[in-house]
Amino acid sequence: MAIAERPAEQGTARQPGAGSGSDGPPLEFHVFKGIPGEEQGEVTYRVPPVTGMVVLDAIHWIQKHVDTDLACRWNCKAAKCGSCSAEINGMPRLMCKTRIDDLPAGPITVRPMKAFPLIKDLVTDVSHSYEVNRRIPQFTPAADEPSPFVIQEMDLERIYEFRKCIECFLCQDVCHVLRSHDLQEQFYGPRFFVRVASLEMHPKDTVDRLEAVRTEGGLGYCNITKCCTEVCPEHIHITDNAIIPLKERVADRHWDPLRAVSRLLLGKR
Amino acid sequence: MIPESYDTIDCDVLVIGAGGAGLRAAVAAGEAGCDTVVVTKSLLGKAHTVMAEGGIGAALGNVDPRDNWGVHFADTMLGGQLLNDWRMVEIFAREVIDRVYELERWGGLFDRTPDGRISQRAFGAHTFWRLAHVGDRTGLELIRTCQDRAVHAPNVTVRMEYTLTTLLKDGDRVVGAVGYRRNDGTFVVFRAKAVVLGSGGWGRMYKHTSNSWEGTGDGAALAYRAGAELLDMEFVQFHPTGMIWPPGARGILVTEAVRGEGGRLYNSLGERFMERYDPKKMELSSRDVVARSIYKEAQAGRGSPHGGAFLDVRHRGAEYIRKRLPSMVEQFHALASVDITREPMEVGPTIHYTMGGVRVAPESGATTVPGLYAAGEVSGGLHGANRLGGNSLGDILVFGKRAGEAAAAEVAGRVHAPVDERQVEAEQRALLSYLDRHEEGENPYLLHEALQEAMQDDAGIARTGESLTRSLHAIQELCERAARMRVGGSRILNPGWHTCRDVVNMLVISEAIVRSALERRESRGSQWRLDFPDLSEEQGRVNYVTYDGGDGMRIRAVPREPIPPRLQRLIDEELALRAVTTIPVRPDQRIEGPAVAAAGREA
Repeated sequence: MAIAERPAEQGTARQPGAGSGSDGPPLEFHVFKGIPGEEQGEVTYRVPPVTGMVVLDAIHWIQKHVDTDLACRWNCKAAKCGSCSAEINGMPRLMCKTRIDDLPAGPITVRPMKAFPLIKDLVTDVSHSYEVNRRIPQFTPAADEPSPFVIQEMDLERIYEFRKCIECFLCQDVCHVLRSHDLQEQFYGPRFFVRVASLEMHPKDTVDRLEAVRTEGGLGYCNITKCCTEVCPEHIHITDNAIIPLKERVADRHWDPLRAVSRLLLGKR
Repeated sequence: MIPESYDTIDCDVLVIGAGGAGLRAAVAAGEAGCDTVVVTKSLLGKAHTVMAEGGIGAALGNVDPRDNWGVHFADTMLGGQLLNDWRMVEIFAREVIDRVYELERWGGLFDRTPDGRISQRAFGAHTFWRLAHVGDRTGLELIRTCQDRAVHAPNVTVRMEYTLTTLLKDGDRVVGAVGYRRNDGTFVVFRAKAVVLGSGGWGRMYKHTSNSWEGTGDGAALAYRAGAELLDMEFVQFHPTGMIWPPGARGILVTEAVRGEGGRLYNSLGERFMERYDPKKMELSSRDVVARSIYKEAQAGRGSPHGGAFLDVRHRGAEYIRKRLPSMVEQFHALASVDITREPMEVGPTIHYTMGGVRVAPESGATTVPGLYAAGEVSGGLHGANRLGGNSLGDILVFGKRAGEAAAAEVAGRVHAPVDERQVEAEQRALLSYLDRHEEGENPYLLHEALQEAMQDDAGIARTGESLTRSLHAIQELCERAARMRVGGSRILNPGWHTCRDVVNMLVISEAIVRSALERRESRGSQWRLDFPDLSEEQGRVNYVTYDGGDGMRIRAVPREPIPPRLQRLIDEELALRAVTTIPVRPDQRIEGPAVAAAGREA
């Protein structure tokens, strides 16, 4: 639904500088606007195309020339900070990394992440993620572990991948446990399974986080549909390399029949 | 309705900025037992620190045992054309080693040597292979590690998406700050016994920059308005290699690690043109030299199709490139449809870093205003006229820690000063004026764009007295227009409203850059004056300090303290070494001549 149409005359008339690579007819954007409790909906904007432009460029153009109060988060504009997450044509993506010429021709829809509460326009409240992170015990080497560490690169190979995470929270956004079932209070979400995996697999870490990830983390809710892996802009194999190994470790620990019997008899975990 | 009610938040130490410097300062203050609040304009973990790619320069000696802090000291001083505060450089070169190992103990990952120690790579103008790194995303690793440490540290609270717009004073002393929550526009006053600025640099007043939106110089502008002095403001670093095509990606950083890993620069004739400008260090010359060389090639008509140069790393092989430069592979693939394992990159200079900043005491980060500290890019002195790649991540850790500790030490026995309502009210009035519906006004975004135009060409990589004067006039005219900025919308998450104050801050800082650059009538480091193309011995003996003279901005020359003989000797030895060998020295390279002893000796 379009609540308004704002063709920016001054925009289409703007003469881009020589060599800036602008060409073609204006692009049509349907951008979600609104705040909770007030009228909300998509607004149509026409934006002059520039060669190689990304969706974030278009949002910036709109801010500059049409709606100075259109809200979005962004920082680096180089796909390194993970601030400008949104749903572009229905897909969770980074606006700074989504090129217009990679999208099918026709209007482009930009909406905020659905799994997080709306603050305004394209900005959502992601504080849940930061609360979850606080609950996960930090990296803790043995007190008597000598510094500097001696670690073979081979032993870090698995966790380098996890540390690439830029905390864009697109995986949290797409995960149906959070998106459709709203289990925020019972489920860490893919980003934080990656976080736990990076700590659990660190050769010098000494803290056990498996019981917590099973209970308060709700690891069992994940039924490995791999949606998170699909949207990860850093191409982290979230499901295969983080979640499944965690599930295996939990199963090993908790559901092993011999251990279950010994727990029952000895009353130990 | 003014005065409007506001929330008051009390703390011992207020840290402004949550990049590496701010977080490290917060951890230090929190661990010292101070109730510490960290305030950031963005979400936690998004600060510009994530953009640091190449690594942390620290003389660990893991890859080349001949390295030691003394050589790192000399490299940094020579890179900064000896304008650096030598006391800061000594502290830095000695302590950064411990900071790297501390990061490892906090869970930070690094690439490893075959024997399991932290690996190090070559980088521009570092004599030895010195940069501890993890692929090409070392900054992300650093901030994630510090972030995790800070949220679990005792006594530390992080407040995200707050903008602080002015420092509160009680007499001469800084006693807090005023600002607003970005999400709802409500006002907040922080009362603090000490304030640490870790708010980063300023690149957004230039058109082509690798800086995020946050790089608007807020911290330096706040400090200046509170009466603090700024140092070396003329020195703004152009990183030699930013993306230049497509236009949507212009300015985005291409890490120096590409050259550290063997990348070569070519012009349109296929010449490896660095042979002309620095045949010894070649592509790994200091950033100012490489940036100027690319610029000169383009000016001479030998540039790449879009006015830059070609950067080629294909000879290292696809597998090696994917392991060592993964985010560059991804960046060029996604934004430019270029496969860097098979094609050269097109690059050109982009505004990257600011050497100048708030003038601080080297040991503590204390500014010239009581109660106010600064660390990291917002402060000046460590890097002199040109920063070496790999020295910023060390800077924020070493001096973040020191500033946090010094602030914590000052807190003991102090009580909160009462809030001066007049200061709060004046600030509220100024901020709300931008939303005044009664008059038509200037669009802040368009003023920002006009400022970028004025700075990019006239106060950019190549400057003259004439161009700088032109830039100064443009800034003065924009200041008048900025008084009439008006935006629509409410105070709820209104980026137009936020941009108004950004523009005001950028105008102050731009004026400081231009006025300092006019004073320095020589070419040194990043300051390239076409009308004064040579080094001046006389000007090399002074730093320029910017301060508020009461009736406007003033600049004065401050004599540089002479380097003591024990440190001068390190510089002389390094020069002797450079005379006989290529920099950076590969670990398998033998060094002939008397310099061997110098380089191998523990300084």
